Amino acid sequence: MSLEVILFILFGAVAAVSSVTMITRSDAVIAALFLVLNFAALAGLYLLLNAQFIAVAQVIVYAGAIMVVFLFVIMLLRPQKEDILGKKPAIKIMAIVVAALVFIQIAYMIFFSKSGGVTGQAAASVKAGTVESIGRELFTNYVVPFEAAGFLLLAATIGALVLAKKKFE
Amino acid sequence: MQIPIEYYLILSAFMFAVGVTGVLIRRNAIIVFMSVELMLNSANLTLVAFSSYLGNSIGQLFVFFVMTVAAAEAAVGLAIIIALFRNKLTLNIDEVNILKW
Repeated sequence: MSLEVILFILFGAVAAVSSVTMITRSDAVIAALFLVLNFAALAGLYLLLNAQFIAVAQVIVYAGAIMVVFLFVIMLLRPQKEDILGKKPAIKIMAIVVAALVFIQIAYMIFFSKSGGVTGQAAASVKAGTVESIGRELFTNYVVPFEAAGFLLLAATIGALVLAKKKFE
Repeated sequence: MQIPIEYYLILSAFMFAVGVTGVLIRRNAIIVFMSVELMLNSANLTLVAFSSYLGNSIGQLFVFFVMTVAAAEAAVGLAIIIALFRNKLTLNIDEVNILKW
């Protein structure tokens, strides 16, 4: 087994297990921390896929900024613990069955579709993932979506301030 | 690139299904929101896998935009949750029914 396969199994197992643990914890803080672990494992998978820029952005933006905001809100509001199956377990078991059916459908499409297999070229994929190639695309062909994304962030900041502001009586 | 791309896609599909389960079975608004983030991330994994295997950086550019939208969504969504908690003193989404007819 090469290093690539070993690292894929390691990061993939951590990502899969931590996602399941995340939705089954009754304490919201612990769930958020498992989500951080899941994001970190995903960053490792991005590095395996030669996507260096996205891996760093994943750690900084998702595991850093977004999850810190989540943890702040959880600790501000302090939600009470919730038992997972609750009063109506039949509905929740149905929900799990529906999600399993979704997974089986996607898996069937992945393994039995008639499209040809995609095989990667290591040199091309290293070139595609660098900051240089992403930045060149971002500031030439995709500069309008980039500006729109900046505007969206401004609008979201103002919207969050307005929504979370204390009401004037 | 010894791993077939199908393995990445299966992992992504699994994470998406777990996210769907989380949205359907949990009643805590913050955890439902975190499950949505999990689904966004599984879609990101698919995009990066295809981008890397096809040697084209547009997929990773799209992931960059998805991250921007996710950050905006987290800010606004958490502000809504705070406003909700201030009005109803609960985070249980079964008890929030002001928009239900």
